[in-house]
Amino acid sequence: MSLSALTKPWAATSYGFLDASAKRELRRKMLKAIAVPGCQMPYASREVPMARGWGTGGLQVTLTLVNPASTIKVIDQGADDGVNAASIRRFISRVSGATETWDTLGASIIQSRHRVPEETLGADQILVLQVPNPEPLRGVEPNMSIARQMHADADYGRLWLTLYEQIVRKGRIMQGAAYPSLVNGRHVMTPSPIPRWDVPKLHMAKHLTFLSAGREKRLHAVPPYTRVEPLVFSDRPYRVEDHADLVCRRSGISGYFMNEIPQDHGGSAFEVSDSNLGIKAIRRAEGEPVEIGATWYQDGEFSA
Amino acid sequence: MSIDMTSAPAALLPPQLMRTEALLTMSGLSKTYGSVRALRNVDVTVYPGEVMGIVGESGSGKSTLLRMMNLEDTPDQGDYRLQLPGKDDDNLFALDRYQRRMLCAHHIGIVYQNPHQGLLMRHSSSGNVAERLLIAGERSFDVLRSKARDALDASEFPLARMDARPAELSGGMQQRVQLAKAIALEPALLLLDEPTTGLDVSVQALVLDTLKRLQRDRRITMVLVSHDLGVIRTMADRVLVMRHGEVVERGLADQVFQDPQHPYTQQLVHAKL
Repeated sequence: MSLSALTKPWAATSYGFLDASAKRELRRKMLKAIAVPGCQMPYASREVPMARGWGTGGLQVTLTLVNPASTIKVIDQGADDGVNAASIRRFISRVSGATETWDTLGASIIQSRHRVPEETLGADQILVLQVPNPEPLRGVEPNMSIARQMHADADYGRLWLTLYEQIVRKGRIMQGAAYPSLVNGRHVMTPSPIPRWDVPKLHMAKHLTFLSAGREKRLHAVPPYTRVEPLVFSDRPYRVEDHADLVCRRSGISGYFMNEIPQDHGGSAFEVSDSNLGIKAIRRAEGEPVEIGATWYQDGEFSA
Repeated sequence: MSIDMTSAPAALLPPQLMRTEALLTMSGLSKTYGSVRALRNVDVTVYPGEVMGIVGESGSGKSTLLRMMNLEDTPDQGDYRLQLPGKDDDNLFALDRYQRRMLCAHHIGIVYQNPHQGLLMRHSSSGNVAERLLIAGERSFDVLRSKARDALDASEFPLARMDARPAELSGGMQQRVQLAKAIALEPALLLLDEPTTGLDVSVQALVLDTLKRLQRDRRITMVLVSHDLGVIRTMADRVLVMRHGEVVERGLADQVFQDPQHPYTQQLVHAKL
């Protein structure tokens, strides 16, 4: 039997690297994930030309969503120009015919590693977050069978207890990223290792968010206009990183999440983490007609 | 020989309980693990405010019975009813896992023989108490802290060490943390599974004093399992003697210890003496 005999004939859906049956399975799981917000759906994570742990979960979801009319943006820790981000973006574009972009406003699909762009996403955009560990209970319950029962019973007391212990030991909640958040009042999810700064951007957002872990073979979703509430005590309000007053040394903008760059003299300099926003700000300052969209934060205060 | 006294319960009750409706009623409990019959047609009735002692040798079924009371296990046959304000008098074994968990969180406290079973060793002592409050839905840090402090204080735990991890504490202290965790929500029923086993005599006496004081001050209904007749004699109002999964004798504690009827109880009492 020849290879061509085993291969399905070309069809209009034959793009995006994954075969049609793989995409169908992923789409079904994605629809389930939308139907039960925050609930982890297992899926048969396929081999893609990238090592597991480098964004294969996000890539498979993106390849399932993408079509030749899509415009794709890929960011790695906020930057469009990282090697990983550029390679993934180019790969997706090459296998699907989708247009590449750095512009948040122009993208229809945004695949991201650990950041949500600063510009507000719209109803016609989909955010795909790469997730290393989708199980928020792993730190408190190593037995995954029991963890699944705990999800079924909404038994999240030990996650709260972890936060209680942090306040007792350190005087404040120390959870920096992957802050456990209650989705639609039912399931607690880990919103991938996005910083605390980004978690409020998922609450009642217009856009659809998928969070996918290729190595762990699980995905979950936050549909548009869904409540995403970080676990907080009623008398200890949720606090984002103290970045409101930091100024980007390149673009001069402030009030956004910054990367800290250690300096030789022992101090730190800061650069805006969303590189595309920084570039837009620089170009606008140089007199170019650049459109900067509305941002989730205004002057360091969440406003959306 | 089994002495069935369930037909005349009033004669077996301390005077203060004679007109009281039972808090806990278990009837016809049977449980088999493989070829081992752990419980055979066991009936138990516990009245509000009393301390029911369960004695028997290892393997007699007393811990299995306690696990059933804590809804950790389900018998092959039998009913379990708790008279709780605002709750239906349904068979609790018919509840699903979630309902059992919520009922236990609010109404039943348990102290295990082994603190590793009842405590989270990586968390602080106050955190262990707070966990129970968190399961019951408390979401204020200050309230959690203050209720944990109150429960630890009531268990005579030194508050200066309330944030120490149980692994850093002595056995007696660990039992006090378990006790604080169990009483934090003022449960209707407190189950004590060999709470003093493994402790030295002086610490045992301190833990028993604390239990007695709690029972006196808060009128907590307790079911105390032990193979130590001295502990049962000190604590219990009524006693249930078990052997090979069966109740062989039951009655007022003084009555059972002074005038045991069943040969096995006589053997137990005399062995102790």
